[in-house]
Amino acid sequence: MDKTTLDIWVGLFVAMGIAALMGLAMKVGNLTSNTLGETYAVTANYENIGGLKPRAPVKSSGVVVGRIDSIKFDTKAYQAVVTLKIDKRYPFPKDTFANIYTSGLLGEQYISLEAGGDDRFLKEGDRISKTQDAVVLEKLISQFLYNKATEEPKK
Amino acid sequence: MIQKNIVEIKNLSFGYDNRMLHKDINMVFPRGKVTAIMGGSGCGKTTILRLIGGQIKPKAGQVSVDGKIVHKQDRQGIYELRRKMGMLFQHGALFTDLSVFDNVAFPIREHTKLPESMIRDLVLMKLNAVGLRGAHKLMATELSGGMARRVALARAIALDPDIIMYDEPFAGLDPISMAVICDLIRTLNDALGATSIIVTHDVEEAFSFADYIYFIADGIVAAEGTPKELSKSKLPFVHQFVHGEKDGPVPFHYNAPSYKKDIYESI
Amino acid sequence: MNPIFKILSGLGSQVTSRIWRLGSATRLFLLTLIYSGESFRRIHLTIREIYFTGVMSLIIIIVSAFFVGMVLGLQGYYTLQKYGSSESIGVLVALALLRELGPVITALLFAGRAGTAITAEIGLMKATEQLSAMEMMAVSPIARIIAPRFWAGVISMPILASIFSMVGVMGGYLVAVPIIGVDHGAFWSQMNVNIDFRFDVINGLIKSVVFGIACTIIALYEGFDAPPTAEGVSRATTSTVVTSSLTVLGLDFILTSFMIAH
Repeated sequence: MDKTTLDIWVGLFVAMGIAALMGLAMKVGNLTSNTLGETYAVTANYENIGGLKPRAPVKSSGVVVGRIDSIKFDTKAYQAVVTLKIDKRYPFPKDTFANIYTSGLLGEQYISLEAGGDDRFLKEGDRISKTQDAVVLEKLISQFLYNKATEEPKK
Repeated sequence: MIQKNIVEIKNLSFGYDNRMLHKDINMVFPRGKVTAIMGGSGCGKTTILRLIGGQIKPKAGQVSVDGKIVHKQDRQGIYELRRKMGMLFQHGALFTDLSVFDNVAFPIREHTKLPESMIRDLVLMKLNAVGLRGAHKLMATELSGGMARRVALARAIALDPDIIMYDEPFAGLDPISMAVICDLIRTLNDALGATSIIVTHDVEEAFSFADYIYFIADGIVAAEGTPKELSKSKLPFVHQFVHGEKDGPVPFHYNAPSYKKDIYESI
Repeated sequence: MNPIFKILSGLGSQVTSRIWRLGSATRLFLLTLIYSGESFRRIHLTIREIYFTGVMSLIIIIVSAFFVGMVLGLQGYYTLQKYGSSESIGVLVALALLRELGPVITALLFAGRAGTAITAEIGLMKATEQLSAMEMMAVSPIARIIAPRFWAGVISMPILASIFSMVGVMGGYLVAVPIIGVDHGAFWSQMNVNIDFRFDVINGLIKSVVFGIACTIIALYEGFDAPPTAEGVSRATTSTVVTSSLTVLGLDFILTSFMIAH
């Protein structure tokens, strides 16, 4: 096996590996859609974030427009502070609603943005004021039972 | 000052946990001479070559090459000492994935920055010295035992070493190859102005070309001298070895309890 | 009392000898790293070894990946369709391959094919005194023989693992879409949404690099340390496969725990 043939085979081998990796990154993973784009960060405060996790999607009208970057706790207001990173291609007005919904019945939770009508748009570092907390199953059940209990006397 | 003895072994003791191979040995190897180390199998002859080459360290005493104590050298020092040595291993130890040419060229390529054209000339010269110039295109695996050993010899002398060491060069060779190697040992030594150290147990061959012989037995130098002196020696060990006697100081029977006892026990 | 003593001391010596070997192998690993300069200055040494470990393993990796992907597609489909989630077959195949099967199976195959070849080659070089000859010519066998093979293994493994995952996904696709009839679009889009490049693809790569280091060092050590006889070398190659396999599976657990917890 002479030197040049060897080099050609090894070069081909490495090229195959890189091609496979690129294929995996783009077709299989979602490298092209989100991670390559530039983003701007905004925050939103919630009383209860439910099961929201970092890297959960931020959707609007069902389309993924960003990701949750981090979730922190504000000790002064005793609220959760969620940092969202939204793709720069999608500007949102200042009075946008950021609600926590669940995918399907028992799926993962995500933030849904519903655009308002304001002329001014959200900039880097702004805070979304209109938020709706996650639906907590226990509260739902206790509310249902309470309603049921107060209904009883009506016979 | 150029020393008379290129290699000196002083009060050398070496061994492993359970047994000592060498006990307080003294040997000298004068420049330009061919010295043979002989002895029965497993008496530590090859180990002496390894001690000279710095592959192992003595437990006590010292081995010095060209005035420098081997085991006290740092990596660079050993490197420089080894550049002066060429070693022929028992079965050649050629690199199996290389051709004959590349095998001989190996030390030259590793240690010098000579251009390929010069390397080609050198390699062919060395191969010519051992009579195998025509075989330079063959792969190492295609050679017979005798040829492989000759190529290994060409490789050992590739950098014109001051010391050439041979580890059992005659083991398993046919009479013709033996004669060839015998002749080469002497010719190369004189042509290169080198010092040769041969470890062997082939009496006839060693006596034909060696200037001086050391006999190792039981961890000490049992006898030493020129071939002439030793062939006349009355020492029982030397006599047994030189004349190939079945029984003597090296016993025929391995240590065992009395024969009668062993036979009767099994009844 | 005596038989118990014998068993205990036998056990003890087994443990101590394994620990001793682990230390010895670590020492070889460190020496390999120290002497690695040559492998990169004379890159051709490493390139040659990449050919023998990586390129020569391509066939077994590609064929195995294809079959594994197809089996995943088949098995996955029949289980998922019971829950009406057969559209998620793409996700199942891709996740299984990227996170676990790609790196792990590639490592096991690598140990069996390339690892044993390395062990046998080095063991044989030791038995025929080629390593000793090199030492005596003032050339470090670690720099010249061991280190290039080490780097070749470390470079080849992630490449092979990526190829394995990609071919596996294609195998799964082949079974799911043309053969079973899952929707082409659903196969890829579900995958796209549910797989995170950082978590799944990169973690898979990290695993394969770690496995590459482990398998190659084990193969090199077994060859280097083998008794210089035919029997010794043959035992060493078996030991390479066994030790590599167990190490890969153990490391997989440790790495997976780290990655999930993070």
